Amino acid sequence: MAGIPTSSRWMPRAAPDCSSQEPAHWPHSRIMEMSLDLLGNAVVSGVLLGGFYAAVTIGVSISFGMLDIVNIAHPAFIILGSYIAYIANATIGLDPILAAVIALPAFYVLGVAVYQIYYLAFERRGDEALRGLAFFFGLLFITEVLLVLVFGVDYRLVEAPYIGPTLHIGVVDLPLRLLVPCLVALVLVAGLQIFLSRTFLGRAILAVAQDQLALRLMAADPVRIKRIAFGLSIATASLAGAVLIVIQPVEPSIGRDYIGRIFAICVLGGMGSFAGTLVAAMTLGIVESFTATFYGPSWAPAVAFGFLLITLAVRPAGIFGR
Amino acid sequence: MNGAKFVLLLLLTGAAGFGAAWLIGNAYLFFAGYVVLQYIALATAWNILGGYTGYVNFGTAAFFALGAYTTVVLHKLTTLPVPMMMLVGGLVSGIVGLGTGYLTLRLRGAFFSIATLALAVVVQTLITNWNFVGGSRGAYIVRPPTVPLLGIDYIQYLFLVMLVLVVIVLATARTIERSRLGYGFATIRDDEIAAEASGVPTLRLKLLATTISGAFMGMAGAPLPYYVTYLDPASGFSLAYAVNGVAMPLVGGTSSWLGPVIGAILLGTLQQVATVTISSALNLLIVGLMLVAFVIVAPNGILGLLQGMRERLRWHLAGRSRV
Repeated sequence: MAGIPTSSRWMPRAAPDCSSQEPAHWPHSRIMEMSLDLLGNAVVSGVLLGGFYAAVTIGVSISFGMLDIVNIAHPAFIILGSYIAYIANATIGLDPILAAVIALPAFYVLGVAVYQIYYLAFERRGDEALRGLAFFFGLLFITEVLLVLVFGVDYRLVEAPYIGPTLHIGVVDLPLRLLVPCLVALVLVAGLQIFLSRTFLGRAILAVAQDQLALRLMAADPVRIKRIAFGLSIATASLAGAVLIVIQPVEPSIGRDYIGRIFAICVLGGMGSFAGTLVAAMTLGIVESFTATFYGPSWAPAVAFGFLLITLAVRPAGIFGR
Repeated sequence: MNGAKFVLLLLLTGAAGFGAAWLIGNAYLFFAGYVVLQYIALATAWNILGGYTGYVNFGTAAFFALGAYTTVVLHKLTTLPVPMMMLVGGLVSGIVGLGTGYLTLRLRGAFFSIATLALAVVVQTLITNWNFVGGSRGAYIVRPPTVPLLGIDYIQYLFLVMLVLVVIVLATARTIERSRLGYGFATIRDDEIAAEASGVPTLRLKLLATTISGAFMGMAGAPLPYYVTYLDPASGFSLAYAVNGVAMPLVGGTSSWLGPVIGAILLGTLQQVATVTISSALNLLIVGLMLVAFVIVAPNGILGLLQGMRERLRWHLAGRSRV
């Protein structure tokens, strides 16, 4: 089994001007000189990174935040999305994000199927807590091992016109590789928000999050609504996977790196509030970017976990908690 | 059967196993047997929290590796014997369990599970960044070929040490199961709010379960560096431990101490055979598939299946005698 290499996997590309050139033993004066630039770049890449984190988390905000389904296998679906984008890109040269959009319906169907099993085997029996969790853990593990068996543990990457270049605005660098995922994420979050607040089905999903019994009394089937919502949450994993592989090379086990981040953001964002998710994602992005810039990228996973623990200990209701 | 008799029976079973392996005289038996014993300890430790109180720990690998890395540190600094190192390793993992529990157990169970999942990633990050224990390069442990006092092969010695740990862990689990403490745990699993309302000190009991469970996992991991002689974060924190820790009790059955033992012997032996004959990635896939299959089809594990069969048989017999 491949473990989790914690080398500078994404940060050198994420913040090219700081971590790659600057050894820890710089003369003090140069640090002072550079620190404003560094600071600005750290904030910008943190915000961009945060946008990407929002895309990764939004599915869990739906499943865990609204439907109360602790889908810890979500990162595995995201990695699956990455590999589908990779296959489409490597074989027929399709743009990874376009490939993800095409794969959306397939992921939706996958989500519906997973929810159906989950509902029949666990939710209906009232056995979500122990065995339902173990079920998702098993899915996470099986997906990872299958990907290892098929593709091996090598890092895979995609090619797209926006992966190389960087926009320079003053001293601030905007790598398109981070900017495009951030924009995709914002479109995704905004689209879902509009869907939930404007359409009948969307409102039904919000209602299921609040009171299932009331929904049943109004002659709507909460199981059907949850099935649709869970399908949507897995569908977002397709896009999240594509932007992930745009940002960094992907191998099967990196999904686990994201578990701490995803749930920290989801909880801090107030469980199911999209605006909260966005704010929490950007906050974590900035904190991680600062850590990577000033302490070294190998500490980034620890930051996410610290974030999660502090959130759980101090404010489990999140910033925008109801 | 009272506690003393139970321990005696376990010791006799263990001695019989050791004696049989000794008579066959195949060194690989001890090598493979150690791994199976280690999994019995891990699965039972997991079940003390997961099966008895219903709180799912996905961080088995973290607690296990903490024990192992405690040994690496102690090996570099001291000349303590292995059993002492296991005690220290257990202490470290127990404290980490207590801390994680204290921060998350006041919330819903899912948060504890998520925190343990993330804990594994973070502890691994810390170890990978810690050069004293070898960082990402790993650490080499030179073990003596034989044990001076007993005059036996070192692997056999580790096998014996692990055997004693298994006896201790099983006796503890069985004692908890039948004591007031075990009933307290069961009330948490069955209805935590009702338990809280009837005056069961749920938080204190959950913390106790997390600490005991974590400590035993650490103790199971402590001899690992001597067993493998080379330990790096990727192998110490292997997801295989986390998955087996969850899969073995759930496949065997979580309701009694016997379940994790059945699960560990079954899956542990299966993996030892499969690693030799097929590939190691494939045998992890088998474990994952068995976990998912069992939680869907047989939620009470093999024990549950056996119990169901026994009841059906009794029903049949009763029916026949009446006719």
